Amino acid sequence: MSADNGLTTGKVATTNGTEPASPTRSAKAAGAVANWADDRLGLAKATKGMSLRKVFPDHWSFMLGEIALWSFVVLLLTGVFLTLFFDPSMTEVQYQGSYDPLRGVHMSRAFASALEISFDVRGGLLMRQMHHWAAMIFIGAMMIHLMRVFLTGAFRKPREVNWIIGCLLLLLGTIEGFTGYSLPDDLLSGTGMRAADGFMKASPVVGTYMSFFLFGGEFPGDQVIPRLYSMHILLIPGILLALITAHLILVVYHKHTQWPGPGKTEDNVVGPPLMPIYMAKAGGFFFIVFGMVALLGGLFTLNPVWKFGPYDPSKVTAGSQPDWYMGWPDGLLRIIPAWETHLWGHTVSWNIMLPILIMPPLMLMVLIALPFIEAWVTGDKREHHLLQRPRNAPTRTAVMAALVTFYGLAWAAGGNDIIAIKMHLSINQITYFMRAAVFIGPVIAFIIARRWCISLQRHDEGKLLHGYETGVIVRSPDGGYAEKHLPISETSAYVLTARDRDEVWTPNGTADEAGVAAPGGKLAEVAGKVRGKLSEAMFADNVQKPTAEELHEGQHHAEHELHELEGQIAAGPNKHGSSNDH
Amino acid sequence: MTDDNTIEPAGDHGHGHGGNGVPDEPIANPGLPAHLPRPTDVDPQKEKRAEIQVAALFGLSAIFTVLFAVSYFTLDVGDNWSVFDVLNVGGSTVALGGTLGLSLLFIGVAITHWARKLMGDHEIVEMRHPAYSEEEDRQRALNDLKMGFEETGIARRPLIRNSALGALALLGVPAVVMLRDLGTLPGDKLEHTIWGRGGQKIKKVVDGKEVTVTVPLMRISRDAIGTPILASDLETGDLVNAQPEVLFNPERYSVELEEVEGVNLQINKSKASLILLRMDPADIKPGKGREDWDVNGIVAYSKICTHVGCPISLNERTTHHLLCPCHQSTFDLADSGKVVFGPAGRPLPQLPITVDDQGYLVAQSDFTEPVGPSYWERDYDRDRFAEDD
Amino acid sequence: MRLLNRSAGRLSRHRRGPLAGLAVLLLGLLMTGGLYAAFAPAQADSTQSQEDLVKEGRELFLVGCAFCHGQNGEGVLTQDGSQYGPALTDVGAAAVDFQVGTGRMPMAQPGVQVPRKEVVYTDDEIDALAAYVASLGTGPSVPDAELYDPDTLSEEEYDDYVTRGGQIFLANCTACHNFEGSGGAMPRGGFAPNIRGVDPKHIYEAMLTGPQSMDTFSDGNIPPDDKKAVIAYLDTLNEQPNYGGFTLGSLGPVSEGMIAWLIGIGGLVGFAIWGAAQTTRTTEKKDGADA
Repeated sequence: MSADNGLTTGKVATTNGTEPASPTRSAKAAGAVANWADDRLGLAKATKGMSLRKVFPDHWSFMLGEIALWSFVVLLLTGVFLTLFFDPSMTEVQYQGSYDPLRGVHMSRAFASALEISFDVRGGLLMRQMHHWAAMIFIGAMMIHLMRVFLTGAFRKPREVNWIIGCLLLLLGTIEGFTGYSLPDDLLSGTGMRAADGFMKASPVVGTYMSFFLFGGEFPGDQVIPRLYSMHILLIPGILLALITAHLILVVYHKHTQWPGPGKTEDNVVGPPLMPIYMAKAGGFFFIVFGMVALLGGLFTLNPVWKFGPYDPSKVTAGSQPDWYMGWPDGLLRIIPAWETHLWGHTVSWNIMLPILIMPPLMLMVLIALPFIEAWVTGDKREHHLLQRPRNAPTRTAVMAALVTFYGLAWAAGGNDIIAIKMHLSINQITYFMRAAVFIGPVIAFIIARRWCISLQRHDEGKLLHGYETGVIVRSPDGGYAEKHLPISETSAYVLTARDRDEVWTPNGTADEAGVAAPGGKLAEVAGKVRGKLSEAMFADNVQKPTAEELHEGQHHAEHELHELEGQIAAGPNKHGSSNDH
Repeated sequence: MTDDNTIEPAGDHGHGHGGNGVPDEPIANPGLPAHLPRPTDVDPQKEKRAEIQVAALFGLSAIFTVLFAVSYFTLDVGDNWSVFDVLNVGGSTVALGGTLGLSLLFIGVAITHWARKLMGDHEIVEMRHPAYSEEEDRQRALNDLKMGFEETGIARRPLIRNSALGALALLGVPAVVMLRDLGTLPGDKLEHTIWGRGGQKIKKVVDGKEVTVTVPLMRISRDAIGTPILASDLETGDLVNAQPEVLFNPERYSVELEEVEGVNLQINKSKASLILLRMDPADIKPGKGREDWDVNGIVAYSKICTHVGCPISLNERTTHHLLCPCHQSTFDLADSGKVVFGPAGRPLPQLPITVDDQGYLVAQSDFTEPVGPSYWERDYDRDRFAEDD
Repeated sequence: MRLLNRSAGRLSRHRRGPLAGLAVLLLGLLMTGGLYAAFAPAQADSTQSQEDLVKEGRELFLVGCAFCHGQNGEGVLTQDGSQYGPALTDVGAAAVDFQVGTGRMPMAQPGVQVPRKEVVYTDDEIDALAAYVASLGTGPSVPDAELYDPDTLSEEEYDDYVTRGGQIFLANCTACHNFEGSGGAMPRGGFAPNIRGVDPKHIYEAMLTGPQSMDTFSDGNIPPDDKKAVIAYLDTLNEQPNYGGFTLGSLGPVSEGMIAWLIGIGGLVGFAIWGAAQTTRTTEKKDGADA
């Protein structure tokens, strides 16, 4: 028993594995190398900050961020290969390469070199496709990672800063993706730039200037691709790398969150050590991500630029969509009504500003603010290292469900033409439907998700108090039927109860809260009331875990029932043979 | 912390909500469960099997890596691609991607399998410490900060503080000014297209003498094909994607070649692209002042969507409705290009056309309003033919 | 067909004159006697077969088409004045050959747009229907293979045609039919169909006649040779291998995004679940340990 971790672990050693059972030859060799290095670099001192036996809890959902991390590494590797061949110049050339149908066509150097990479460099097309697939996976993985962190409450104190960094990574990843999408200068990417030009021109006051400065004159100019290129390969990846590093350092510093369970507390972290298990699994996962991207890159065509042809402002193709992560603002852009205001000789294009210049930044700000909004509403100032199951924070889960629904509907609206032809619908009808659905859908999703969570909580409570359903139906002598419930194991019961009780924040809840509220006067009082109401609404109808007495009573009752049931089995028609003997 | 074999409620560890009557935890933390060995830990046979599996996975990976190199050197790209006939796919991409993918996946799977089955699997426990610094450290840092500020005297010397802030703020100016040469200023460029070149009077030097010549009206040419269009060429229902003839034949309009090639060609196309549609003249509802803008039912509209600028040519012959493939704005070409559906805020600009003496379709003038997406400076009152509604 | 109609017209004008009857008689004698004897067997045969064809076509038309298009192809209006079946008097043989040859006609049920389906008539029957409808008025005739078939091009010509055709295709066709001819959405439930793998003749006819809501690309709009270039380009699109692997329907970024999520993210999450899952445990002890 180890006194310092506050745990009773019975006969189990708590910090076993500090020494290998029997050092092998390779371990000895590794030791020698480590000694050599430490003599010169003092590396062992550094491991005081981060021990090689640092604990990383194991759970599949903790790997989602890793998908993003490793696809970023794949992006760096494939991206470097592409820079060896890509020429971002917009100088006009006449194509004389290997792809017959475009031979003799005038195009930019950038597009010609994209064709060269695709057709004349062995593995070039593979690298292009891997780079693009990895980008799509990178952003997708960041999003599901974000959802995991939100739904499990891992964003709570002390991890709010890392949440903000994560949101910025998502933003930068998206911008990085958009700049990359634009580089090959094919018809699709040019159409995207054309739309971006429209977005900029819609900005009040400075719009046309922004457009003329970005494109080096009038759209499309011959400057934009070299400029986007330097942002794409230098500026944004640099910031991404720095932020990812900061993100990881904070993960190490805070230590990873963990799911509640036997032996796990807010004060410890239980799991395999960094060296060797976590390193092996994380390293192995890098190869898995890399391999998956390579398989996608080799098997599925992505962005066949040779079929789009070089960008020409007079040409367009059906199915002109951005990559998926830009799909949702594009969807909003499709369903917005034709709102344009003309004031004093000026034009305000709400039909572009709302979906593109207002909504995405607003969405990002909402995301960034979520942890602070929740902390304010709950008044919770504690550190949290144990995760919550989504059902145990019904309102939070419902907020994410509403956001995801909004996102998903806007996203689907961005593919309205493909939905129309694949499902034989009218794009007009889809658009009208979406105009209403983006408002109604999130509300419905919120209500359903919240009630669903609460009913799952009730189900958990039932299991705790009455045991689990065995599926055994028993008929009593008087003809009634009942299902036999058996108590759940102590471990499962503990896991179900290992959560906090919700506490509604009230304006005069604690002395220091009241003390803070007083100087603010009227406004603070109103804010306090709103806060109290929100806090009440947030936890309303939540099922709290039972107290010890309630649990005891419930179990007692369940035992009694079980006993009765068994008596009936003995006495009733279920019993074959001589039941009258008793 | 505790020595009575129970775990305190999680909430009581921190700071904050303690002490307001939190009910007892219903179930005490039972502590870490006993560690159970894996089959590979106790059964040497199973251990051996796992070892062989891991080695085999690494071996498979090596095989695919070799196959990758073989594919690299045997499969052709360039103008003679090796093709996998059954799948009709480019051999190089698929073979390289498939072998590379599998070789990497097998390494990943091998390492993971190794970690799961054979590496030590004891979970260990590490204690957490609050994220904040020790109170002592925090006080020291705060004191240092405070002392530092006091020693600068910044609070006592507002003159220095304000002048310093002002000077630093002013440094934003170079950062902004330096961006000035990124591009030319918009001027009135967005209000004109090269269609306006037709019919202009220009000065030209002929045989050493400066003479004023009138450029012929701009003919309308087929896009990509480049030939001008006779009004009699088109039948009812025809849709032509068109460009000003100057892009294919600059001399006729006394335009230098470089004005219509390279970047200038792209800029011109981004504003001048046109669609011609011949419909039954009875279908046309000409707008005010647009009565003579068509030629026997042939109407001409800008091909650039007024929403964000996608080229737009998805026409429904039966309804004369033109749809944008990007965001589905729909315009009625029989009715002055009015928006009938979607996000576009204003009608598609119409180009007034007529025929020249040889029967070719020509533009009467430039567009009478700016084409393409709206922008802040766009002034409706300056449209040369203001909207009638 | 046209020749016959025109000569009939000319005759009728002359009939008004006083000597018309005699002239007709003489002309008739001359025609039937002299010309027939000289070189007419083949022509008479073709006239005969053409007439038969029209007759056969009319019979087929009355059975399969007249319900919507009217007894004489004049079209049928519904009570509210909308077209039930459009008039076919001036659509020409090419339109019939396209509509019936791609199975769009006869229509199975009224709808926003008639989809392509299995062809109901044999080639001969389609020829007969086309001949009958052509006999009703003007309109483009079925094109010769020389006009549309890219196989008639020499190898050097082919490359030039493909490059030129690609540019024309991107300027005129991709907006509706997509960069690889996969099709796209049109207003109110309409759609531009997938044109990959469609018979070159039908592509040519579609450009010429503008089926349903499609614009026409008459010979004055896109000259025949340029139409052939477009078809040659489509031919290469069909022929060329998918250099980058499977194409996911060539629908653009939407299908690509779906693959990224379903296979990419989905597969990787699957691997993550496997990697982090609890391994099998046993209550057995190591051999000898419990001995």
